[in-house]
Amino acid sequence: MRWTKYLIWLAAAGAFYALTLVLSNAGFISRFMLMTMVQICIYIIMALGLNLITGFTGQLSIGHAGFMSIGAYAAGFLASTYGARVSAALTEALGAAAGGAVYYIFILATLAAGALVAAAFGVLLGLPTLRLRGDYLAIATIGFGEIVRIVLLNTKALGASSGLPVKYSVGWTTAFWLMLLSVVLIYNFVNSSHGRACISIRENEIAAETMGINTTKYKVMAFALGAGLAGLAGGIYANHMYLIHPNSFNFLKSFEILVMVVLGGLGSITGCILGAVVMTVMNNALSAFPEMRMIVISVLLVVMMIFRPNGLMGTTELRLPFRRKAAGGKEDVTHGL
Amino acid sequence: MASEEKLFLSIENLSQSFSGLKAVANFSMQMEEGELVGLIGPNGAGKTTIFNLLTGIYAPTEGSIIFRGQKLNGLPAYKVAQRGLARTFQNIRLFADLSVVDNVKIAYHQHVTHTALSSMLRLPGHFKNEKIMGDKALELLKVFQLEDKALEQAKNLPYGQQRRLEIARAMATEPKLLLLDEPAAGMNPQETRELMDLIRWLRETYKLTILLIEHDMALVMGVCERVYVLEYGMLLTVGTPDEVRGDQRVIDAYLGEEAP
Repeated sequence: MRWTKYLIWLAAAGAFYALTLVLSNAGFISRFMLMTMVQICIYIIMALGLNLITGFTGQLSIGHAGFMSIGAYAAGFLASTYGARVSAALTEALGAAAGGAVYYIFILATLAAGALVAAAFGVLLGLPTLRLRGDYLAIATIGFGEIVRIVLLNTKALGASSGLPVKYSVGWTTAFWLMLLSVVLIYNFVNSSHGRACISIRENEIAAETMGINTTKYKVMAFALGAGLAGLAGGIYANHMYLIHPNSFNFLKSFEILVMVVLGGLGSITGCILGAVVMTVMNNALSAFPEMRMIVISVLLVVMMIFRPNGLMGTTELRLPFRRKAAGGKEDVTHGL
Repeated sequence: MASEEKLFLSIENLSQSFSGLKAVANFSMQMEEGELVGLIGPNGAGKTTIFNLLTGIYAPTEGSIIFRGQKLNGLPAYKVAQRGLARTFQNIRLFADLSVVDNVKIAYHQHVTHTALSSMLRLPGHFKNEKIMGDKALELLKVFQLEDKALEQAKNLPYGQQRRLEIARAMATEPKLLLLDEPAAGMNPQETRELMDLIRWLRETYKLTILLIEHDMALVMGVCERVYVLEYGMLLTVGTPDEVRGDQRVIDAYLGEEAP
């Protein structure tokens, strides 16, 4: 019973994935479209992480691209430094086919490493700065993002200002399934006792603390999870884009991700997915007119503030109609599925 | 002092200054287990400050708070709550955008044993604890007659029910000492009478010790066994409701004379 819902969703995701494969093989999905789809996955993961920090836990953070670049550089550095050697050794030992499969596991491990390094930085940044509130935390996180960028720009071992070339090894398949995994993990976290502890901080920090919630612990946990997701997204980005450069992770990138979350609705998972899709598609559609982009984003935000001040979804989730009928029973109160 | 070890709550010479202003000065009080004590005094006398000191929101400038043999001052608020002190707030502080049942569940969170990871992976521990938590929350809501509102947003409840929900939420932390900050504020006489019954009932059923701040003298005189009277951050007097009511200093400072 418990797992029926997951199996249905897994089947739906599998069917969608199969459809994309068929369509791209038949030539209906161009390479450019497939790249956009990978980018959508990357930004969904990013937006999920920031939504956990800002939307659910209520800590305004504008340095999310900093965590992304840490993950991108950690994963990219491992892949570009050891990738060729590992690949050669594996092919020699296991043959081309089996060696390639194990090499893929190596790439996944570098992605995990990128996520872990970014999460560690999340804790490092979180512990001293989370006593700051609102605007002050925002300024500290902007500072963090810029510091990371400047350090990377000046680190010779990581390519400095000419960027770090990374072999292409992550495509649509990996991006899609990792995105799905992130959505499920964060959905589960938010809809659990620990997630509610985070939300209670957003709702009323003093009341949360007085009700026995260790607010520092949960703020740091949210920061670590959010930063880890940004690191994962960065790793996918690095292994997909051939080259990473510190300036791709500047303040504007952080701002764009914040816009995705705000546009979709702070505190709504389906909302931030929607926001990431809308923003990425729009960015790519307007890529020929880079000056227009920021104007369109600004207009979009202003229009949204007038008509939907809480974002497209507010704090609610998009649900299928048959679910809505079932909601409200006693089961709904006690089970937390 | 051998008797001090047995004391449930002992506050000694508690003082709190806010850059020169002494909000509470040399305040001492003792409570025994199971007592129901009132704290009254004019506005600005320092009643809520004492609550904030007790619950760890402020760290006292001087003095000590010993609760069941353990020192509380200096502990962060969440640790104080975990030692068994729960409170409500004068200006309601619910988790306004969350459902009524989630408000109660959050207060129960300190008792869950599973980790965040097992929630994310939906391991058995998550389901077990969520089930216990949900059942306990519904049980409490039934006691407070909020069961049919379980899935409503807390901010959409009428005022009196919000006050009740705050008490329900405090009870979910499974406290030994409950601090109520003006529980009857804004209630009509009928609601206040119901509240008095509820307070008595809670105390009997859960073997609670209760300290309450209140301006509604009918409630204070009706339920409290002893009353502490504060003025300008200092203890004016302490006694039974009848003693306090007849004390000329209390009449001058707070209660006032009846109109001739």
